[in-house]
Amino acid sequence: MNKALLPMPIHTAVLLLTWLLLNDFSIGHLLLGSLLAVLIPWLVAPLSDPQAPVRKPGKALVYALIVLWDILRSNIEVAILVMRPNRSLRPALLALPLDIQGDLPQALLASTISLTPGTVSMDFSEDRRWLYIHALHVTDEQALLRSIKERYEAPLKEIFAC
Amino acid sequence: MLNTLLLWVAGVVGLALVLNAWRLVRGPSVTDRVLALDTMYINVIAMIILLGIYFDTSLYFEAALLIAMLGFVSTAAVSKYLLRGDIIE
Amino acid sequence: MTLYEWFIAALLVIGGLFTLIGALGMVKLPDLYTRLHAPTKATTMGIGCILLASMLMRLDRNEGFGIQELVISLFLFITAPVSAYMIAKAAMHLRVPLQPGSDPHRLLEKARDQQPPQ
Repeated sequence: MNKALLPMPIHTAVLLLTWLLLNDFSIGHLLLGSLLAVLIPWLVAPLSDPQAPVRKPGKALVYALIVLWDILRSNIEVAILVMRPNRSLRPALLALPLDIQGDLPQALLASTISLTPGTVSMDFSEDRRWLYIHALHVTDEQALLRSIKERYEAPLKEIFAC
Repeated sequence: MLNTLLLWVAGVVGLALVLNAWRLVRGPSVTDRVLALDTMYINVIAMIILLGIYFDTSLYFEAALLIAMLGFVSTAAVSKYLLRGDIIE
Repeated sequence: MTLYEWFIAALLVIGGLFTLIGALGMVKLPDLYTRLHAPTKATTMGIGCILLASMLMRLDRNEGFGIQELVISLFLFITAPVSAYMIAKAAMHLRVPLQPGSDPHRLLEKARDQQPPQ
């Protein structure tokens, strides 16, 4: 596989596959799709930053399933919280100390927090050691922080080995 | 049967759109309006998909995909503008 | 109606319900930061259910696998946290007030200046 010709081989394959699935299969579409799948990575490769590689793909799959399940659970929780009167809500700002480093793992953690139980990530501190979180309803701050660390941060740390 | 339900769900999504529009008009801050607009984009996608199933055409899905992309890009652009407008460099 | 159709109907109803709850949250929650929770969760969930229903329906009609729906829902699930994050950041810089509550204001200042909490 020539690095200069195909800078992102996986992206090329996914692009071609998506093109063929979005359009009906024909020789013309196969040619056009292949052309685009080679040209687009060639154009965008210089823009990408190198990121920490996924060390354990199996763990990543389990993590995705856990997050999907938590999204379902959290939606029901948030729906109930929203229907209750406002004065019973205890919104709070929290600071989560981060153990993982690197752009991709931290971005994944922040996105996971935004999609799961009653929490939205707001900002990182400049030195990237703290993540500020807004929670819709907090009864025990420490327990919430601990559960985020155990449930999401620890698996991410293992997946990226950082 | 399922077609009647589709119209009812589209009606509920329409109601959600009206509620979000209220927040868009009411404010009070600019970011509230951006948030309301962002939510309305997603609601419109839901509406288009429901109508797409109802009229049994896949053309609508392309439109939904375009709206999804434009919605995200415009929210990102406006937020970026609000951020930059405040920072004195 | 078959069991399959009941399942699709349930998905549609749940989707519509979550969309409505998201909108209700937008109207009734007290400040911007709590309102952020509505679109990132309830609305995304609602549209996820509706897209899943649409996929199942197209499978039923033998119109092939709904790749468009899959692309749309993936896109929305990836972008929802990002737009919430950007709106929160913009709100902090514009000094949108927090609802009066348990000592969060000190942290809001810190978060805005991207400083560590201590």
